Amino acid sequence: MEVFNIALRGIFIDNMIFAYYLGMCSFLAVSKKVETAFGLGLAVVFVLTLTVPVNWLLQEYVLKEGALTWIDGSFESIDLTFLQFIMFIAVIASMVQLVEMIIEKLSPALYGSLGIFLPLIAVNCAILGSSLFMVQKDYNIIEAASYGFGSGFGFFLAIIALAAIREKLKYSMVPSGLKGLGITMLITGLMGLAFKAFIGIAL
Amino acid sequence: MSDDNPITIQVLGICSALAVTVKLEPTLVMSIAVVFVIVFANLIISLMRNLIPGRIRIIVQLAVVATLVTLVSEFLKAYSYDMYKVLGAYVGLIITNCIVMGRLEAFAMANKPYDSILDGLGSGFGYAWIILTVAFFRELLGSGSIFDFKIFEAIGWTTFPTNGLMVDSIGAFVVLGILIWIQRSKSGYVEH
Repeated sequence: MEVFNIALRGIFIDNMIFAYYLGMCSFLAVSKKVETAFGLGLAVVFVLTLTVPVNWLLQEYVLKEGALTWIDGSFESIDLTFLQFIMFIAVIASMVQLVEMIIEKLSPALYGSLGIFLPLIAVNCAILGSSLFMVQKDYNIIEAASYGFGSGFGFFLAIIALAAIREKLKYSMVPSGLKGLGITMLITGLMGLAFKAFIGIAL
Repeated sequence: MSDDNPITIQVLGICSALAVTVKLEPTLVMSIAVVFVIVFANLIISLMRNLIPGRIRIIVQLAVVATLVTLVSEFLKAYSYDMYKVLGAYVGLIITNCIVMGRLEAFAMANKPYDSILDGLGSGFGYAWIILTVAFFRELLGSGSIFDFKIFEAIGWTTFPTNGLMVDSIGAFVVLGILIWIQRSKSGYVEH
């Protein structure tokens, strides 16, 4: 049950976009059409579900203070936490590369539709952010995987919803200074307000 | 700084712009950190620009930025642990701040070190003043204070209604949206 709750919290309450403002850059840049937003959202769900557990393993067995004792008891005092950023970002970059190759092999159609978005994900703050939050929150590996999936799916929902609104918005009169980014920010604020309604839900 | 502002015109680095702006103090620390990282990353990449093979440049850039950010984070941990706890994961997220990557990719890869430092300074300060403005309004309206100084109580207005939404994430979106509106109306920039 706890596992589902973590995923649910990641999707609705601790939504990457509305609660933590992570992944905003691609959220704003790629939300002009539903189709592309769908592709990016899917790629994010995919990569997050994989990287968070992998980074968990890394943190637990390599980086944490005393984590290296499984090699030898004398490594107990080694604390490699200061390497965290570099290691996590390296894992993310290589996972993205790996996912790209796998998708290209297995499903050329999906690969074609994801296109440029896959490599871009490496520098999406939502990915690194989830890994860092995962460390802060002290999950075990299953919880970490469900957290990764949840936050990815939350991003997916948010970006598709925003893209749909922006498609409709093309036909409305927006003051010229507010066009594009400005009105998008205001809409995001209103959507965040709506997502606030989910606070407190649990299975 | 204003015509080509990273936040209001180029739409880069929004994530951290919003996350740390509840209060002015952490925002100030964050701005200094970003200016530091962006200037030195620009300098280093610009020095190495002829040595980096095109295909792996993203990884090289990420490694340089990640190293600089680790420096900042360790420095904060050592000298200002409280601030380190407040900023938390967001210091680490400077790595994936698109401003840094964007400037490296667009400017430092193709220009001389001196120009790159200036470009870094310009983008860094452009970023800083926007997030400081957002933080100013959020702290003023949300907590009724400036740099933790209760301004409204000081002038005798004890019943000032603080706006809970401003402390919340929504306030950041709205304040930034309005700020962008004002800035673009003044500079006459229109997005199509």
